[in-house]
Amino acid sequence: MNSMSHEFAPVGELPEEKPVNLSRRGFLGASLGALVLGVALPGAGAKAQNAAAAAKSAPRVSAFLEIRTDSTVLLRSPFVEGGQGVATAMAQIVGEELDMDPARFTVECAPPGADYQVVGGRRFTGGSFSVRSSYETMRRVGASARQMLLQAAASRLKVPVASLTTEPGRVRHAASGRTLDYGALAADAAALPVPENVTLRADKDFRWIGKPMARLDARDKSTGKAAYAIDMQVDGMLRAAVQHAPRLDLEPGSFANEAEVKAMPGVHSIHRLPGAVAVVADRWWHARRAVEALQVTWTDAAPGTRRAMPSDFSSEGRRAQLSAAPGPGIAAETVGDAAATLKGAAKVVTATYDAPYLAHGQLEPPSALARWNEDGSLDLWVPNQAPEMFQVLAAKAAGIPPEKVKIHSPMLGGFFGRHFIYETANPFPQAILLSKAVGRPVKLIWSREEEFLRDALRPMGFVRFRAGLDAKGLPVALDAEAVGEGPRDRWFGRKPDAADGSAVEGISGKPYAIPNRRVAHVLVDDPAIIGFWRSVGHSMNDFFYETFFDEVADAGQQDPYDLRLRLLADKPRHKTLLQAVGDLSGGWKRGPFTAPDGSKRARGVAMASPFGSEVATIAEVSLRGGAVTVHDVWVAIDPGRIVNPGIIEAQVNSAVALGLSSALLEEVVYAKGVPQARNFDGYPILPPDRMPRVHVRIVESGAPMGGIGEPGLPGVPPAVANAVAALTGQRVRSLPLSKMKFGAT
Amino acid sequence: MDVIINGKTHQVQTEDDTPLLWVIRDELGMTGTKYGCGIAQCGACTVLIDGQATRSCITPVGSVAGQAITTIEAVTDDAVGRRVVEAWVANQVPQCGYCQSGQVMAATALLKQNPKPSEQDIAAAMVNLCRCGTYNAIAAAVRQVAQG
Repeated sequence: MNSMSHEFAPVGELPEEKPVNLSRRGFLGASLGALVLGVALPGAGAKAQNAAAAAKSAPRVSAFLEIRTDSTVLLRSPFVEGGQGVATAMAQIVGEELDMDPARFTVECAPPGADYQVVGGRRFTGGSFSVRSSYETMRRVGASARQMLLQAAASRLKVPVASLTTEPGRVRHAASGRTLDYGALAADAAALPVPENVTLRADKDFRWIGKPMARLDARDKSTGKAAYAIDMQVDGMLRAAVQHAPRLDLEPGSFANEAEVKAMPGVHSIHRLPGAVAVVADRWWHARRAVEALQVTWTDAAPGTRRAMPSDFSSEGRRAQLSAAPGPGIAAETVGDAAATLKGAAKVVTATYDAPYLAHGQLEPPSALARWNEDGSLDLWVPNQAPEMFQVLAAKAAGIPPEKVKIHSPMLGGFFGRHFIYETANPFPQAILLSKAVGRPVKLIWSREEEFLRDALRPMGFVRFRAGLDAKGLPVALDAEAVGEGPRDRWFGRKPDAADGSAVEGISGKPYAIPNRRVAHVLVDDPAIIGFWRSVGHSMNDFFYETFFDEVADAGQQDPYDLRLRLLADKPRHKTLLQAVGDLSGGWKRGPFTAPDGSKRARGVAMASPFGSEVATIAEVSLRGGAVTVHDVWVAIDPGRIVNPGIIEAQVNSAVALGLSSALLEEVVYAKGVPQARNFDGYPILPPDRMPRVHVRIVESGAPMGGIGEPGLPGVPPAVANAVAALTGQRVRSLPLSKMKFGAT
Repeated sequence: MDVIINGKTHQVQTEDDTPLLWVIRDELGMTGTKYGCGIAQCGACTVLIDGQATRSCITPVGSVAGQAITTIEAVTDDAVGRRVVEAWVANQVPQCGYCQSGQVMAATALLKQNPKPSEQDIAAAMVNLCRCGTYNAIAAAVRQVAQG
């Protein structure tokens, strides 16, 4: 995937805390001429897109905002909404500076265009980067528009700008009591140059930023009106379904029953695709039934085929392979001399940990709607986290220049990292080929079974730990080798002799004062198609590290909470957070203890530093019939500064659910090169009756703004595993917990 | 065959064993009812059939001809449905929202049959999956309606 590596930096290498370089952008260059602030016409987006392509370094207000005559606002957001609440957050941020109630905003994901490269000079929705990377830019968009509206009002009223103020949605001339709605000024404002400098509101004057504003999409999503990619419809559209080769490297050969399938109800045509067959039909159900009836002889790929899946590949074999892979690996973090300290340690603790492949399991199955237009251009409606990346690869698949591909990015029915470019995991190249072949628009939907067959998985993880304790039982050395492959370097390019950050994050970068440390990455290529999964490496590495931490504490006869506090003595931010979660949970108590309902329970604690935020988590568990019940999860999160505490709380709930789901239940099992589960019956995800109560405390330390969508997740599996160990004495070193039987208590 | 959806009778030309879900979505173009799994695991496709929450992805259309089918598009035509939607908004339940049509329909069916459900009743009825983990908010919204 070389084309990507040229255009998109690895996620982990983006500037973590700094917004875009505003001096470089010379924000909103006045040289751009006409500004289309006020004209709310369908199709204005396409105009903005074309203009944007010519203006790489100077984002324009008009690319982002349309103020309509009724004083409502269309905001073209750089980010796609997929449940994380970013559309609402963008409206809050722009509305704050524009002086317009965010509830009056409609937010849609912007088309490809240079204006929207606001994530460190690029654009994607991921890495919990959206708000923190674009915060300053989006505030300036709102403030610039407000300034232009004021200027337009000054001309209209023939008064000095300084005599005017704004109130939500309008300009007021206090001296005369006259007011003008933004909608009435928008056309005039559009003709004005964009101001070079704008003053941003002081934090203390915020009306909407920092407040738990209601989500803009809550009502549409509660009444079935929200439209996802799978819901898109265009005139003359046919529908398609695919049957993929059971193993990744197989290609379709002969069909045993082509005539019969062709004669099935609604069938339009049968197609061979790379690694798959497809049926195009009038209705999706007809397409699906036909394609699944098609008897295909799958042929082996030519020797040397890239990413060929070995026919004997199994997840069990993969675990053994990782376990056997020798160190020392490529160093990711080296402090002091871990090897020498381990040699002289009073006590050495060793353990190996592993975590399985995981599927995304977003509830909206992937789809793509492709429409070729008479002028040779292509419209593509596709769930995606990076419109420009999809545009480049769609153009390649279509054999046309990127500027002839219009990418539409409907809201996502969940994503969790699912909708990046993952070669065989994306349906859009198939939709493009099918639409071209039949000469009509085609909407392709992958059945849930096809999705489980071709999803890009969280890679399997494996870590070898050694810790050295001094005579007092305190850890003085830690050596960790993370074995396997990370998704970042898979998709964004590998640097020789550099560890993949996505393979070690959560093992490296821990805050504890352990004076001698070595964290290394032992690279072993993964035969599976791997991808980003909510909180990426942290999703398993913090489980490995924080659970091993408790083993070390036990070996040194230390309480795990107290030992963390002690090793964070010089880290006030972390210490405060750990104390906050202790306080939130009613004071730290490990247990086992007897709950009011008579059940025996225990608690576990874990910390994580993911995506620029800090998180401390406590979980309380009991056993029922040998299985783990999680009753409560307490999370203290410090994202530095915040935009919407309501959405943060919702995101933490969501991250707790997904983290717990992974800890308790989830595991993609491969046998003979094929994933065994093809639907939620074979790959259970957290059901409602296993959802714990979730208690959230937001700590605003004032540190640079961190991420929100992912950070709540990594602390959950280790907090639960540590609680289970405290309750049962059984250490959990391999997930999910459903593999283990626990003694009755 | 005649299919009665949201009080309107539709003439549908399809095989009897076509799942109701795909008749609703593809034949009739009503996309509020969602496809999630196709095997009655997730409940994103939940509709009401004669008031019962039913997973339309495994319901052959031929089996429900002549029965009263209600989809999310008509949920606010019903007094209980309206209260459920208001509770969903008040509790800010949806995240990605994809499962929420089914959740709202399941909650509406429950609360129409049992206006004062116990915690156990709620747990027994609200079994649809949500990958965003909005379960606590869903339960809170149902409780709010139940408490009037």
